Amino acid sequence: MSMTVGVYRPGRTLLHRLPVGAKLLGLAVLSVAIVVVRGPLTSLAFLAVALACALIGRLDLRVAARGLRGVLIAAVIVAAFQWWLFSLGRAVESLLDLVSLGLLALTLSVTTAVSAMLDAVVRWLTPLRHVGVDPERVALTIGLAVQSLPGTLALATETRDAARARGLERSPRAYLTPFVIRVVARAHETGDALKARGIGD
Amino acid sequence: MPEITFEAAEVTVDGPDDRPRTILSATSLTLTEQRIGVIGGNGSGKSTLARLVNGLVTPTSGRVLVDGLDVAREGAAVRRRVGFCFTDPAAQLVMPTCVEDVELSLRRHEKDRVRRRQLALDTLARFGLAERADVSVHALSGGQRQLLALAGVLATEPDVLVADEPTTLLDLRNTRMIGEVLFGLPQQLMLVSHDLDLVARCDRVLVVEDGRVRFDGPARDAIADYVESVSA
Repeated sequence: MSMTVGVYRPGRTLLHRLPVGAKLLGLAVLSVAIVVVRGPLTSLAFLAVALACALIGRLDLRVAARGLRGVLIAAVIVAAFQWWLFSLGRAVESLLDLVSLGLLALTLSVTTAVSAMLDAVVRWLTPLRHVGVDPERVALTIGLAVQSLPGTLALATETRDAARARGLERSPRAYLTPFVIRVVARAHETGDALKARGIGD
Repeated sequence: MPEITFEAAEVTVDGPDDRPRTILSATSLTLTEQRIGVIGGNGSGKSTLARLVNGLVTPTSGRVLVDGLDVAREGAAVRRRVGFCFTDPAAQLVMPTCVEDVELSLRRHEKDRVRRRQLALDTLARFGLAERADVSVHALSGGQRQLLALAGVLATEPDVLVADEPTTLLDLRNTRMIGEVLFGLPQQLMLVSHDLDLVARCDRVLVVEDGRVRFDGPARDAIADYVESVSA
C-alpha cells in the first residue's frame, strides 16, 4: 500500500489548522535542510524535529509504522551500502535522514485532506489562467492520480488471484494482459462517470 | 416532470468488416412519467438507451432531447439536469473521503469552500451518511458506497436521475434500501434494472431486445412480455 493514500485523519491540532501553503513550504524547507546539512548529529536533531511534528499532528504510531515500513526497508538497505562503502557515520546519517523525510511527508498527508491540497493547487495556478492553464483541471488530475492507486492495486490483486485460480501463476501474460485491459476499462468508466457528473465540461 | 424525447434516435458503431453494427435502431419515444423502467437481456441496448439521455452516448442519427435541449449539441447543459448513477460505484467515486467526493460534485456550483463543505455534509446527512463524512470511500460497504455515489450525483439537484443497474452488485437488504431511496426521490427516474420487483414499481416500462424497444407500457404488462420473451 502506498504510504500517502487515504491516510488523512481529521483533527483540530495546530498542524491540521495551518494553511496548506505553510505546511508545504515547511516540508520543502525542512527537506532541503535535511539533505544539505551533513553529519550524523544534525540528522539526529532533524529526526527529533520530525518526531515532534508527528506528535503535534497526533499521528497514530501504528499508522506511522505501517506507512513508513517501505521507507524503512529502503533506508536500511541504503545504510548498509553506505556503511560498507564509506563509514558508519554516513550510514547512520542517511538512515536517519530518510526516516525523517518519510515521517514529515506522512505527517503532511495525515493532517491535510486531499481536497484542501487541491484547493491550494487551484489557488496557486489561478494566475496561470491567462496562459491557458485550467487550474480546476490540473487539481482534478492530481487528485485522480492519487486516488487511482488503491483501485489499481485492488485490480492487480484480483487479476493475480484469477490467474492463480486457473493455475497460471507462472504465466506473466495470463496476469498482465487482463490487468492492463481492466485498468484501461476502469479509466474509461471513471471518465464516463466524471463526464456524467458534469466535471470537466 | 421533464420531457425526454427520442426522435428516431439511432446508434451504430463500425463493425470489424467495415459494416456498421446497430446498437440501437431508430427509436422514437416521449417520456414524461415520473418513473420509467427499462428491462431487457444483457447486450440488448438498454444501457445505450440510458446513456443517450445524458449524452454519454450521442445518437449516430436522429436526436435525443431533454426539455428541448439536444444532448449532442448541449451536452454540458443536459448533464447539469440529468444525473447518472452507474452499476459499479467504485468507478465513479474519485475522491478519498465521502465528504470530499460529494464536494467534488459541488465545485462548480459553490465556489466558497466553507459553504461547499456544509452543503456536502448536508447532502450526506440526507442520505444517512453523516457520521461517515471523513471515512475513506474504500472503507464503506457495497450498499453505502452506492448510497454515496447517489449522494454525489444528487447533491447538485438534477431534474432527472438515470440509474444503470444500480442494484446489480448489491445484496437483498441493500437492494431494498437503494430501491427505497430511488423511489422516494422527487426527481424523474429512469431505472435500468434486472430486478423485476423494483421495476414493477415504475409508471411505465420499456422492454429492450436486439437494439429496439419491443414493448412499451405499464409495468405489469411489460414484465409479463419480458418473461414470456425469455421463456419462448
